[in-house]
Amino acid sequence: MTRVQQLQLALAGAMLAVAPWIIDGAPYESTMGLVQKIFYFHMPSAWLFLIAALVAGVASARFLFGRAPSADYWAVAAAEMAVVFGIITLVTGPLWARKAWGLWWVWDARLTSSLILWLIFVAYLLLRRFGGPGSDKLGAGMALFGLVNVPFIFVSVNVWRTLHPQTSVVPTLPVEMGAPLWFCLTAFLLLFLALMSMRAGLARQRARIEALYLSEEEA
Amino acid sequence: MTRHALPLLLFGLLAFGPREANAQPQPSADEFVPVAEAPPGEQIPAINLVGAAYGFVWVVLVGYVWTLGRRMSQAERDLAELERRRS
Amino acid sequence: MRQFLRVAWLVVQKDLRVESRSFEVVSTTLFFSVTVVLIFAFGLVREGRPADDVAAAILWIALAFSGTLALGRTFERERQAETLRALLMAPADRPALYVGKLAGMLVLLVLIEAVLVPLIGLLFQAPILRYPWSLAGLLLAGTVGFSAVGTLFAAMLVRARSRDVLLPILLYPMTVPVMIMGVRGTAALFQATPDEPLARFCLAFLVFIDVVFVTLALWTFEPVMTD
Repeated sequence: MTRVQQLQLALAGAMLAVAPWIIDGAPYESTMGLVQKIFYFHMPSAWLFLIAALVAGVASARFLFGRAPSADYWAVAAAEMAVVFGIITLVTGPLWARKAWGLWWVWDARLTSSLILWLIFVAYLLLRRFGGPGSDKLGAGMALFGLVNVPFIFVSVNVWRTLHPQTSVVPTLPVEMGAPLWFCLTAFLLLFLALMSMRAGLARQRARIEALYLSEEEA
Repeated sequence: MTRHALPLLLFGLLAFGPREANAQPQPSADEFVPVAEAPPGEQIPAINLVGAAYGFVWVVLVGYVWTLGRRMSQAERDLAELERRRS
Repeated sequence: MRQFLRVAWLVVQKDLRVESRSFEVVSTTLFFSVTVVLIFAFGLVREGRPADDVAAAILWIALAFSGTLALGRTFERERQAETLRALLMAPADRPALYVGKLAGMLVLLVLIEAVLVPLIGLLFQAPILRYPWSLAGLLLAGTVGFSAVGTLFAAMLVRARSRDVLLPILLYPMTVPVMIMGVRGTAALFQATPDEPLARFCLAFLVFIDVVFVTLALWTFEPVMTD
């Protein structure tokens, strides 16, 4: 772990620890009440989930077409981040929906497409874990397909009715509600960066171990 | 007291009830109509849900950091072992 | 371009010739798809009457299951005989090989559909002859989308461990849009008051997905299959 990672991790942990007090200070949303405060975790993790998916797709494309081995480390790391932040998104969402909509789960476009995208990344990790030799390239192809697939998934699932609040809500939030949101987003982002670079470092180290083993066998 | 209460209540309902209803944004066809009529036993206090969400975030993140740390130290050990054998 | 099509055609010919010697994949997959439909019938037919609007879903689920099986078997045969490696060593365009494998897969799946659709019409009282051309278009477009991803992934998985289980794991989440659009469009044609515009929208969207999937697969096949 480098100095920067340690710092990021500690800062993010501290920020998340004080987050409840900051969120508590935010005004009470009148129509949804207390449960709206889940939003402060839900939205940052949802954003990072998408960012992670994007990073994984782009890194995979670089690995596949640019033949840069280091791009693969970032692809794996980003895929793992997508799974971690995806599960947070997918669990906090229903907790909010239970109060707001009276249902744990609705098959609306955004929920369903997030679930499918999450499944794609779980499948990616399963492939990387159990696929054996050659699974790095296969995984890269898969992440690329998964990313291109996102709009299709969204449109196709949209054939059903959509119930999700629109994204345009965010910029119009009052400042008192916006500031805690940006605070949480910053905390999550720091965490995301620290964890992803740590995971990429682990992938790099594993590649080095593998190379050493191979050279030992040859010797 | 009770004799006045009932007309007052009725008056209040008539006077404020419709306005309350009007003040609420009309759900458009695209929006979801919240299920407010869920039976009382079905209602979960919001604080529990918020607490569960916050707790879950911590559990997932701490759990992930823990597994990542374990994997990293394992890799570190493997690497040290290999370098020792090489030298 | 002529060269490209020639290579693709040779691959198709080779696959069909191998298959015609034993009919291994066709016969097993066909039988499998029939049993899948039967199992659905046992699950969904109550008191001699099928549940409403299930025919489209069963058709597509059976197709996805048998498609996965066929993909797995086809490439397993290639792996055992080491023919895929030989193909890849040949001085031929990789994308042409992919197109050939994809076309062979399509022929196989269309054969299976030719049996599945009447069977479902028979067992679930689906009006399969109401809009024969729209139905055929939806099925063909859906099959192309499914096999475009399936052929690419199955080819990539040939060298991987635990490929039997990995193929459906990778393939099903990836083909969700194809499945949704296929089922929706087919259901729109089968329901009591058919919704032709919806079916046409689904068909157009499926064709769009096909174009993107095939392009992307052609594009990734080369680097993925090169060591």
